Amino acid sequence: MCLALPVKVVDVEAAGDWATADLGGVRKRISLALLEGVVSGDYVILHVGYALTKLDPAEAERTLALFARMEP
Amino acid sequence: MKYIAEFRDGELARTLARSIAAAVQPGRRYSFMEFCGGHTHAISRYGLADLLPANVRMVHGPGCPVCVLPIGRVDLAIALALERGVMLCSYGDTLRVPASGGLSLLKAKARGADVRMVYSTLDALQLARDNPQREVVFFAIGFETTTPPTALAIQQARSEGLANFSVLCCHVLTPAAISHILESPEVRQWGTVPIDGFIGPAHVSTVIGSRPYEFFAEEYRKPVVIAGFEPLDVMQAIRMLVRQVNEGRCEVENEFARAVTREGNVKAQDRVAQVFELRREFEWRGLSVVPYSALRIRADYADFDAERRFGLQYRSVPDHKACECGAILRGVKRPQDCRLFGKVCTPDNPMGSCMVSSEGACAAHYSYGRYKDMALNDG
Amino acid sequence: MAEGKRIAARPLDLKNGRVDLTHGAGGRAMVQLVRELFAARLGNEYLGQGNDGAVLPLPAGEGARLVMSTDSHVVSPLEFAGGDIGCLSVHGTINDVAMMGAKPLYLAAGFILEEGFPLADLARIVESMAQAARAARVPVVTGDTKVVQRGKGDGLFITTTGVGVLPAGVELGGDRARAGDAILLSGTLGDHGVAVMSRRENLAFDAPVDSDTAALHELVAAMLATGAQLRCLRDPTRGGLAATLNEIAHQSGAGMLLREQLIPVRPAVAAACELLGLDPLDVANEGKLVAVCAAADADRLLAAMRAHPLGREAARIGEVVADAHCFVQMETAFGGRRIVDWLASDPLPRIC
Repeated sequence: MCLALPVKVVDVEAAGDWATADLGGVRKRISLALLEGVVSGDYVILHVGYALTKLDPAEAERTLALFARMEP
Repeated sequence: MKYIAEFRDGELARTLARSIAAAVQPGRRYSFMEFCGGHTHAISRYGLADLLPANVRMVHGPGCPVCVLPIGRVDLAIALALERGVMLCSYGDTLRVPASGGLSLLKAKARGADVRMVYSTLDALQLARDNPQREVVFFAIGFETTTPPTALAIQQARSEGLANFSVLCCHVLTPAAISHILESPEVRQWGTVPIDGFIGPAHVSTVIGSRPYEFFAEEYRKPVVIAGFEPLDVMQAIRMLVRQVNEGRCEVENEFARAVTREGNVKAQDRVAQVFELRREFEWRGLSVVPYSALRIRADYADFDAERRFGLQYRSVPDHKACECGAILRGVKRPQDCRLFGKVCTPDNPMGSCMVSSEGACAAHYSYGRYKDMALNDG
Repeated sequence: MAEGKRIAARPLDLKNGRVDLTHGAGGRAMVQLVRELFAARLGNEYLGQGNDGAVLPLPAGEGARLVMSTDSHVVSPLEFAGGDIGCLSVHGTINDVAMMGAKPLYLAAGFILEEGFPLADLARIVESMAQAARAARVPVVTGDTKVVQRGKGDGLFITTTGVGVLPAGVELGGDRARAGDAILLSGTLGDHGVAVMSRRENLAFDAPVDSDTAALHELVAAMLATGAQLRCLRDPTRGGLAATLNEIAHQSGAGMLLREQLIPVRPAVAAACELLGLDPLDVANEGKLVAVCAAADADRLLAAMRAHPLGREAARIGEVVADAHCFVQMETAFGGRRIVDWLASDPLPRIC
C-alpha cells in the first residue's frame, strides 16, 4: 500500500500538470498537480500516480554520507 | 534505480549495524515503534532485525491503513457493489480484506459485483468518463499520503461535471493514531507501553511535514525520527533514536531530509482542507473508536460523497474474541503471543487487522520472520 | 493433406470475418475453419490423417516410458510483448514434458472460441503456434474446436496436451532434493509477468521488457547430456520462483537457503516490480527453469546451461538444507535473512 518511489521526471507536458516519469527504464505518465515548478531532470516521490514532493539531491548526498560515519 | 539502490547498500548496512551496536548502552533495553506499514514491510523484507543488537526491539505500530480499516467499512463497499450495482474501484490490498458474511470485495466480485482494481484515482476517474451510464464509486483508504490524490480526484470530477463519480471516504490521520496509542485507557489495562521512541512515517511526512510530531516529542517526552523508506534510512533512524535516548533528548529529527521539510507539501494540505473535514470520531480496527482521527467529505462537495449519495449507514462489526490485534498494535504483545497466529489466522485466512495486509505486523512476521520462532521452539 | 472438393462456396474471410456459432457446430462451417485456418498453418502428416484420433508410432527404447502433460491457457491480453497465447500454449506444455527429463514428441490443441472473435486475430495466433511448434520440432497432431456464445468466453482459451518419451534411467521429481544439493536457475526472473502486466488496462507504463516464453526441451537435453546428477527440474510459471521452490521443499521434506544477490533480474523488471509493489520472486516466468542437482555437478551443469542460448544468464542461487519446517529462506542483499513465502494468491488475474 505504501508504494511511494523516487522517480525521475523526463518530460513535462506543456500545460504543466502531467509528466512522464522514468524508473530504471520503465516509463509512466504521472500527475504533477500537487507540486509547483517541476522541471525535466527533477526527481520526485511518486505515490498512486501523483508526485508528492521533490527530492533534494544535496540532502540525499548528505544522508548517504551520514550512513558511513562511525561516530557513536 | 537512483535514490533507491544506494539506500539499500549491504556494505553501508554493516557499517550502520556496527555503529548502532557501539551506540547502545549494554544492559539497557530500547523499544522503538515504527508507525508506518511501509517501514514494517521494509524491516521484514530486508531482515533488518538480524542486523540490530539484541537489546533493540522494534514494535510494529498501526500504520497500515488496510489493517485498521474496520470490517463495517468494507461491508459498506461490498453492499454498494453487490446490492446497488455500482462499479466499485479499489486499491489492490483492500480487495482481500475479509468482511461480514464470509465476503471480501474479491469474493463479492466472484458473485457478480463489478469490483475493479485500480492503481490510482486517475484510473477511477477514467472509468467514470468511459461509463457515463454507471455509478462509479472510489473506495478511498489511506493516511495523509493518499488523501491529496483523493482530494484532487473529487475536484477534478467537479470541474468536469462527472456526475456519476463519488468517493467512499475512509481516510485516517497519523498524529491522532499515535496519540491514541500513547494515551488510551486500554493501555492502562494492558500496562504502560514501553516505547522509547518513534520512527515517523516517510511519505505521510512529505505531505504533513515534520511539524506535527513536535507535539508528541514535547507532550509525551518521546523522541521521533522521521525515516525514509529504504532499509538504510530505517537503520540510520534507529541510530539517531538510540542517541536521543542515551542523551535524554526528546526531539523531532528528520532523517528523510531529502524529501521531508518542516512545513510539508502546503499545496497538497490546502487541497485536502478544501475537500475534507474532520470526523468527530472514527472506529479503527484493533484500536476501537479514536476521536478526530479521520476525514469525511465537506458539505460543499456532498455530490461526490458516496455515503450521502447512497444513504449509507455504518454498522460496527467486532473482531474475533481471541484476536490480539489491539494489543499487538500497541506494542504490548507480539504476533507470536496471539493464540490464533499461524494456526487459524494466516495470510490466506486473516482473522484480524494485523494479518490482513502484507504490511501488518502479523502478516510481515508470518511471511518473513516466523522461521525464527521455529528455531527458538526447536531449541 | 488431400485437398478434396471445396467444402464451402467462398473461402474464409480472414481479414474481416468473425467466429460465429456455426464454426463450432461440427458441420461444413467448422470443417472449413479447421482446414483453412488451423490445418493450413499447423499442418503435418499426423494432423493430415484427418481422423478422430492421430495414429502415432510408439517410441522405441528399452525401459522407455511415456510422459504426458496438459495445460490450459487463459492469459489476458491474448497478445503481449514477446509472445501471445498461441506460442505460450505450445511452449508451456513442451516445457512441462521436458521438466520430467522427457523428449517432447507430439501436441494436441483444444480451442474454445468466443462468438464474435475476429478471424484475423485467430489466424495470427494460430500462425504463431505453428511457428513455435515448427521451431521446437514438436507437431500439433490433433485438435478440437468449440464455439461459445458471445460473453461466455473472453475471446479465446487454448488447452494443449503433450506427450513425450522418458528414457530409462532418468528419474526426476520434486521429492528428490536433499540437503547439500545446489539450486540453479536458467536466467532472469519476472520477464513474462511484467511483459503481460504492461499491456493491461490499468497499467499505463511502457516497460521495454519482452515475455521470455520459450521451449526449453533442448536446453534440458543439453543438461541431461552432461551426466550430472539431476534431482529435479521445474519451470517457475504462475506464482514465480517462490511458489516453485516452496513446492519442491515441501515435496522433498527439506529447506532451502538462497542468496538474493545471485538471483538474476533485469533492471527494467526490477523497476516495474517496484512500481507495482511486487516481488520478482512471485512473478511468472515462461522460459526459465529451476534445477536441483548434486553439489559436485553444479559447475558442470552451469557451464552446459550457459553454453545454450536459453541459459546464458544461468546462475547458482542457493542450496538445499536440512529443515524439518521446509522453509525457503533467503539471505537478502542487505545482509539480513527472511523467508521466501508462497504468495497468498495471484496479485493480478491471468498471467499465463
